[in-house]
Amino acid sequence: MVEKTFIKVRELAVSRGGFVIFEGISFDAMPGEVILLRGPNGAGKSTCLAALYGALAPTHGLIDIHLSDENRSTRELIHVIGHVPGVKTTLTVRENLQFWADLYGSAANVENAIDAAGLHPIADSDASILSAGQTRRLALARLLVAERPIWILDEPTSALDKQGDAWVGNLIARHSQKGGIIIAATHLDIPNVPAEKIKTVLINGAPA
Amino acid sequence: MRAFWAVVKRDIKLATRIGGDAMTVLLFYVMVGAIMPFAIGPDKVLLAKLGPAIIWISALLSLLLALDRLFRTDHEDGSLIAMSQAPLPLEMIVTAKILAHWLTNALPLIAATPLLAILLNLDAGQTLLVIFTLLIGTPALVCFGAIGAAVTVTIKRGGLIAPILILPLSIPTLIFGVSALSTGAIETAASSALLFLAGFTLLALVFTPFATALALKMGAE
Amino acid sequence: MSKNASIDPTPQDLGFFSRIAHPGHFLLWSKHWLMPLTIISVALLLFGTYLAFFNSPADYQQGDTVRIMYVHVPNAWLSQFCYAVMVMASVGSLVWRHPLADVSAKAAAPLGATFTAVALATGALWGAPTWGTFWEWDGRMTSTLVMLFIYLGIIALWRTFEDQARAGRIIAVITLVGAINIPIIKFSVEWWNTLHQPASVFRPDGPTMPMSILLPLFVMFFGFSFLFLLLHFISMRAEILRRRVRALERRNAQRLREQHA
Repeated sequence: MVEKTFIKVRELAVSRGGFVIFEGISFDAMPGEVILLRGPNGAGKSTCLAALYGALAPTHGLIDIHLSDENRSTRELIHVIGHVPGVKTTLTVRENLQFWADLYGSAANVENAIDAAGLHPIADSDASILSAGQTRRLALARLLVAERPIWILDEPTSALDKQGDAWVGNLIARHSQKGGIIIAATHLDIPNVPAEKIKTVLINGAPA
Repeated sequence: MRAFWAVVKRDIKLATRIGGDAMTVLLFYVMVGAIMPFAIGPDKVLLAKLGPAIIWISALLSLLLALDRLFRTDHEDGSLIAMSQAPLPLEMIVTAKILAHWLTNALPLIAATPLLAILLNLDAGQTLLVIFTLLIGTPALVCFGAIGAAVTVTIKRGGLIAPILILPLSIPTLIFGVSALSTGAIETAASSALLFLAGFTLLALVFTPFATALALKMGAE
Repeated sequence: MSKNASIDPTPQDLGFFSRIAHPGHFLLWSKHWLMPLTIISVALLLFGTYLAFFNSPADYQQGDTVRIMYVHVPNAWLSQFCYAVMVMASVGSLVWRHPLADVSAKAAAPLGATFTAVALATGALWGAPTWGTFWEWDGRMTSTLVMLFIYLGIIALWRTFEDQARAGRIIAVITLVGAINIPIIKFSVEWWNTLHQPASVFRPDGPTMPMSILLPLFVMFFGFSFLFLLLHFISMRAEILRRRVRALERRNAQRLREQHA
């Protein structure tokens, strides 16, 4: 389904109020590839991701998201997980995921996503009892119910321990094997993905 | 439609569970209406005369109080970004949220109106008429509230600025809503006021989703 | 299907409008307009004031108080015109995302509020001898008051945003919502006014005004309009410079951070 989907980014730059946040970002993302955005804090990684998923207009450059399926819009192909988890603490774990499944209109199995996140024993508890790491897993489980080929992840491992890091690595590796594209701002290495599938893009902020 | 109702259902759940405060808004409404006689005096004739105006002002203030929560928590916890990626257009999501907000904030307040009507010495006919005008007029108030909430959602302490923006826009609803209850020499104007009130609400319902979604998109940048 | 963000146009590709609307170009060409505009508006206002005081008749009922009209009417007109300028600028912000449109809308708001406040104040001063009260819930006065509230709300909104570049397009949305609403508010207020009291207001703009009244009115009208243009240019220039200073400060902060890194 996703073989022909690819992303081409050329000389991307975003500035705000005459102030260059980042510039000169270019890369290609082919199916199965993992793009890792790296750079110091405040270098514009989050802004770059926001430009990629269309939340803000780049001041310069080209983003070409080539879709394999003419009938689906970009918003039906991309899923974004940002810094903040988007988890409602007064809803149960299952209610949280069921809402996203209903909203995204996917046929994905909510139970499978709960299992994958390792939250099955507490699926009917309020999300307020979850630890920070569990909340992050619940947020990332949204990727599984949304079923989008392109994932854009901003610091997916924040609040996670070593074990959680490995879990995210597996999640990304499985998606890559299925031919999905992952663009992530993270310090994490993804050991389970073959090295030739990984591209690293450096963002160092604006040159002075 | 499954996605639309999913949003409505979720927002109703969030508002009615622990942590939601539909109840607080209702209490505020009754209390504001009930303290008016302390300022005006217990003159029953005067209260009956001012009753519809007091009820409308109380409803307006209560809904202003409630509007800040409409998008703020969703914006802060990242739900709004996640929602904007749904196949359902943001305009429809906004409409669903406005509907849920009206159901959980305006509707309970309308249901509690007979209580205020007794305290303010309104007769049964007047009470029914106030409820009727509130049913027609409050959707417009919630709509303007949604625009104000969307415009101020990125401001950290935006709680007070939104009412300042919305109050002037609410004037037509207030005028037509209260005039629809007028009695005596100007009673003939009441039916046209009712039509204007309904027309204004319809207009608000038509352009609010677009304005609100636009403001949210601009705020997400 | 593909989603494209186009590469920036180079300056040579820009049309006439884009060139004059570039903030840097605006600073350059608007500089040459300040002096002529100052001269024109001061001359017109002085001439208008002279005509208003010495070359127009006193009203047979109101006496000399009618001369307040020569300040009141132009300001009342500008209170509407400023909003129209803000609406046009808002469309520019939303459709073309032009920074100069943001600046224009922001600069017009305090001017609009001032003209509206002057219209209200002169209206009240005029009302005191004619109606016997400073304030009457007259349809026009009331909707002018609401207009002032809308301006003040928008100014307050500008002041709450830390990031002025982002504020522009958000405030543009509420400005346009206001534009849809203002005629309805005016209508509802007029309707409410006639409902509660029969219209018996002195209308200064009746069609039967003699030339001796119309001439000073027109001169003042143009004088205040040019004054608006002048003040608008000045505050737009100030805003552009303020934003540049802010950008420079941020750049310095970034450089400092890089040195520490």
